[in-house]
Amino acid sequence: MVKGPVAHRKKEVHRGDWLFAQFIQAGAMLLIALLLALAWFLIKGGWPAIERYGARFLFSSNWNPVLEVFGAAPVIYGTLVSSAIAIMIAAPLSVSVALFLHAVAPPKIRAVFSFFVDMLAAIPSVVYGLWGIFVLAPWLRSDVEPWLSEHFGFLPFFQGPFYGVGMLAAGLILAIMIIPSIFAMCSEVFRSLPVTYKEAALALGATRWEMMQIAFLRAGKRGIIGGIILGLGRALGETMAVTMLIGNRDEISVSLFSPGQTMASVIANEYAEAGSSIHVAALIEVGLVLFCMTILVNALARIIIRSDDAI
Amino acid sequence: MKSLKQRQLINTCVHILLVGACLVSALPLISIFTYIVLRGAPGLSLHFFTGLPQPIGEPGSGMGNAISGTFVLLGIASGIGIPWGLVAGIFMTEYRDTRMASCVRFSAELLSSIPSIVIGLFIYEQIVLRMHHFSALAGGLALSIIMIPTIARSTEEQLLLIPAHIREAGLALGLPRWKVTCHILLPGIIRSIMTSMMLAIARISGETAPLLFTAFGSRFWPESIFEPIASLPIQIYNLAISPFEEWHQQAWTGAFILALFVLSLNIATRLVMRQKEPLS
Repeated sequence: MVKGPVAHRKKEVHRGDWLFAQFIQAGAMLLIALLLALAWFLIKGGWPAIERYGARFLFSSNWNPVLEVFGAAPVIYGTLVSSAIAIMIAAPLSVSVALFLHAVAPPKIRAVFSFFVDMLAAIPSVVYGLWGIFVLAPWLRSDVEPWLSEHFGFLPFFQGPFYGVGMLAAGLILAIMIIPSIFAMCSEVFRSLPVTYKEAALALGATRWEMMQIAFLRAGKRGIIGGIILGLGRALGETMAVTMLIGNRDEISVSLFSPGQTMASVIANEYAEAGSSIHVAALIEVGLVLFCMTILVNALARIIIRSDDAI
Repeated sequence: MKSLKQRQLINTCVHILLVGACLVSALPLISIFTYIVLRGAPGLSLHFFTGLPQPIGEPGSGMGNAISGTFVLLGIASGIGIPWGLVAGIFMTEYRDTRMASCVRFSAELLSSIPSIVIGLFIYEQIVLRMHHFSALAGGLALSIIMIPTIARSTEEQLLLIPAHIREAGLALGLPRWKVTCHILLPGIIRSIMTSMMLAIARISGETAPLLFTAFGSRFWPESIFEPIASLPIQIYNLAISPFEEWHQQAWTGAFILALFVLSLNIATRLVMRQKEPLS
């Protein structure tokens, strides 16, 4: 390259370009700064609790604002159990629906159903919560929970009085809410798979189910798993519907009928009324744990999806 | 190897299971839609849009303040979130292969995975505590943080779809880079950017958790962005957990309006996208 122009390039930069570059760089830096500020705030705000309780915070099951004793085990337990119920119900359902629509159903039905599910994904969580309080919870109390306890009452999960609201209700509403997201992810995966897999499998004489195993489930395995984990990430952080349905009691109980509390719901319930500064710090530390958990889960999902060559 | 009969039997069983799964997942969805319409629509009246909430027992309660409050919050959030998201998206394409760009991309991804309640906490500590009271501004800020990653990502995706020769043609004509970006590239994707904005607005209009301790709520008309402000989702939440049957009815009507608003934004977006002209 000729030396001259390069040496003078700095001067040749258009003034507007320089301003433009500064401007968009500033905007982008601010975005990173915002994220760092968020992380810093969570660590700093929760520090009094981190200092006072140490690792006990995560394992102690006693959460008592009056005595200023804070152990996050009940809320962590509540989050994990409600999300686990949600995933166990939503994952098989949404994968089956996606499989059915892409491998069996005609395109028209697929379009109608996909539209329907997309609309569901758009419904705000407070509306799900409202439906949960007035439709789902009464139904659970009067029909589902008595039935479960009659037939599966020997299991510790299905014992105790029927409240309607509780861990089971929260898990179910989460399942309903994450079905659209897992379905959307699976649809995207199935759409991106080559049709030749399907045709080859059928041409070799596979039944339709065998074709689905070969050309859809096996070929799209990573994408499906990634989609399920993304759904899990959504379930972990979901606040409003769960707060309205979980019953809000800071205790660990094996029974799924009994009320519980999740990390998000304890913040929503107690933060505005937290009296002591250590209570505030404990709630922020709960937020920090939730933050780390969702980020890890989402990162894991992205790594799995990205390592998939099909997408 | 199983016999053909066995394989066909399994095949049939699986098909029945799959159809069953479709029905089971469709049921709650149908139930939600039906309940919102059946319980929400009867409460609709003109007064519902123009009135203020009344004490229990008095007729003529409305959600006018919550509806207008939601629009104020959406306005503040879009005013901050949309330009910021656009700028971040442009940065990621202009400096595509730099380490900075992947840093920004990574931050946006992380930001979008943070639970919204945590963002509410953050804004409470940083803004509400410093201003000493809840405010519409704080609520709008919290919502804008949720918007940024969505807008940034879609801006980046759309800009990358533009063929490189268009940018090169502009530069070859001697235009400065900022003019190429602002006057040639951005107008080319304006339609898709609009749709992603509409989707982002639809998404945050139902957000409740970040507003709990930022915008808080109010029983009056919005007056200033430095005061607490009512919003539709928060109002629905408060009415729903109240013990009064009358308020529950109002919650359903509020939910009907909110769902209708969000869904029509979504459907409008689909219609716009369907008639999108191909990039030339």
